[in-house]
Amino acid sequence: MLRKNKGARTVTTNPDVHIITGNKAAAEAARLCRVQVIAAYPITPQSSVVENLAKYVDSGVLDAEFIAVESEHSAMSVLIGASMVGARVFTATSANGLAYMCEQIHWVAGSRLPIVMGCVNRALAAPWNVLNDQQDSMSMRDAGWIQIFCRNNQEILDTFIQAFKIAETTHLPVMVCYDGYILSHTVMPVEVPTQEAVDAFLPPYKPHTVLDPAAPRNINPVTLADPRPNADGVLCHGYMELRHLHHAALREAIDTIVAVDNEFGAAFGRSWGGLYWDYLRADAEVLLMAAGSLASEATAAVDALREAGVKAGVIGLRAYRPFPDDAVADAVAAAKVVVVFDKSLSYGYEGPICADLRAALHGRATSPAVHGYIGGLGGRDIKARELVAATCESIEWMKKNTGRKGTGWVNLQL
Amino acid sequence: MATTALTLPETEYMLPGNRACAGCGLGIAFRHITKALDGKCIFVVPASCLTVLGGMYPTSSVTVPIMNCAFPSTAASASGVAAGLKVLGREDTTVVAMAGDGGTADIGIQALSGAAERNANILYICYDNEGYMNTGTQRSGSTPLGAKTTTSPALGKCEFPKDVPAILEAHHIPYVATASPSYPGDLYDKVKKAKDLRGTRYMHLNAPCPSGWQFAPKDTVELGRLAVETGVFLLYEIEDGVFRLTSRSRALAKQGALKPVREFLELQGRFSSAADAAIDAVQEWVNQRWKRAIERHAE
Repeated sequence: MLRKNKGARTVTTNPDVHIITGNKAAAEAARLCRVQVIAAYPITPQSSVVENLAKYVDSGVLDAEFIAVESEHSAMSVLIGASMVGARVFTATSANGLAYMCEQIHWVAGSRLPIVMGCVNRALAAPWNVLNDQQDSMSMRDAGWIQIFCRNNQEILDTFIQAFKIAETTHLPVMVCYDGYILSHTVMPVEVPTQEAVDAFLPPYKPHTVLDPAAPRNINPVTLADPRPNADGVLCHGYMELRHLHHAALREAIDTIVAVDNEFGAAFGRSWGGLYWDYLRADAEVLLMAAGSLASEATAAVDALREAGVKAGVIGLRAYRPFPDDAVADAVAAAKVVVVFDKSLSYGYEGPICADLRAALHGRATSPAVHGYIGGLGGRDIKARELVAATCESIEWMKKNTGRKGTGWVNLQL
Repeated sequence: MATTALTLPETEYMLPGNRACAGCGLGIAFRHITKALDGKCIFVVPASCLTVLGGMYPTSSVTVPIMNCAFPSTAASASGVAAGLKVLGREDTTVVAMAGDGGTADIGIQALSGAAERNANILYICYDNEGYMNTGTQRSGSTPLGAKTTTSPALGKCEFPKDVPAILEAHHIPYVATASPSYPGDLYDKVKKAKDLRGTRYMHLNAPCPSGWQFAPKDTVELGRLAVETGVFLLYEIEDGVFRLTSRSRALAKQGALKPVREFLELQGRFSSAADAAIDAVQEWVNQRWKRAIERHAE
């Protein structure tokens, strides 16, 4: 059993804990979820996820079709085809691979297929850079997928198992995002659950629509904006109604993400906060907010800030889409300022998490100030002391100024 | 015995009425393909004239399942369907990827090459109407030299078309064949043969297009015949590397001669301003291909 220590950290006395990388944890999760079709295309830092799965399939540990395709676009195409006939499917990618499959990312979501994919977060080219930031998954923000960020390798394994359940419950695809190298290539203790436990938690996939000559359907044909009658005269949805239902499903998924995390906690003794997690939030006047491993780093910054007398805490965002606006707005309501650290950028505006938090808080009677910082792009290291410095800069700024502070950049060296 | 109109099965998998243009060669082809598959198939179709033929949600003009897919993804999507059917124990269903020439020779060729190299268990059928006809007749990699399109409007296309079956043959797949809706028995028999093989099977269909080629819709079958009789389109199959001319092309190789290409081209508005030099170039291209085909032909 794992005993909760603080926020993002756990200690264990379980002899079945393995010391593995985030990518190995992802592959173990896919194996435990009994994925039936895997499409694979190499890209750093994702490659070892599918390399591990290839070993499982070749050695007979996993009974699945492993298809080594010629591109990421085809990787997702293979998954679309296999999912359409009722198979549970998996792939993982990073950065330009994700960008290359962009068309199919939208196609999956529009088809409401419960595909689960790992996005090992990496900086997008140009120029080439293989190290971590979160621009890749953020650039797919509006494609209609659920996006969940992980803070450590145990959460990666557990979140993939949760993701299949969320996807198959909501008929929405789930992108499990975790930081390249920082998690993907770093070993940590991870408890690998038994197959029996995962089987009990995740039943076999029961597809809602199956391509079958015995019951022919024409799936995803041209669909007009307005409703049209079918051959029996029954009015069927137009394109816009389908889009509304897709959006409504994503909003409803806010509850599903929480419910599945709770259910997982009851089954495995670990849960991850559902939509977000926090650290020393209760009395915090200053909240540091981020997604992924950077939020874990922020707990060290908060420890230092507390030692210096600043009542600081952390909000670690798990679900980025659907954006848990009410939950997060409530969670930060009592603070004076939220300092948001984004590892990505909506060019020409500000960090996407920062912008979404501002929007979530807008119109509330009282709400904290929101200060945004960009950091860690292209793998630029962010140290806890730099998070402390940025937080102190914000606190000092608020003593002298009112209104909206412009976006800051952590450790920028122009 | 070669199948004829008299021996075709009667079951239809196309409903009365569809959204294809009048005289569309694709419709004739699709009818015979579905008959040959006896309806036990799943079609994977990218953006194409076949999408249009199938109709708009929530109605369909055909009684076989269709999975519409993104334009470049046909062969990959189909290989995913095949993989899914395999793991689910449903391999009695033929997975048919069916795309136009743009979706095959241009935007879809990467996925097709990948699927063929993996020998994915799919039947890939390209219906070649020699351009992006569904979007208004733009030039494709399969448009013939001299043909006017909206993106080769003045001079006509200045390059020869890609030889896609040759590209597929270079992938060492078990079956490559060409067919024409104007020779439906030959088309039917080839699909039937392909259906019973495993691995990647590739068929390339000539699909006369009244709106894009600019001829009268009543002349579709005649145009398809002339394409073969002039040697612009050859009917053949390559089974395990062995090349055989079939049907009308085989008969022409045994006796008689090809008609001049001019007889085929002059019926089409898209060649109306083709220079003599262009027509001569097409004739020479045909002559060379015909010579090679006769040399390769094995009885």
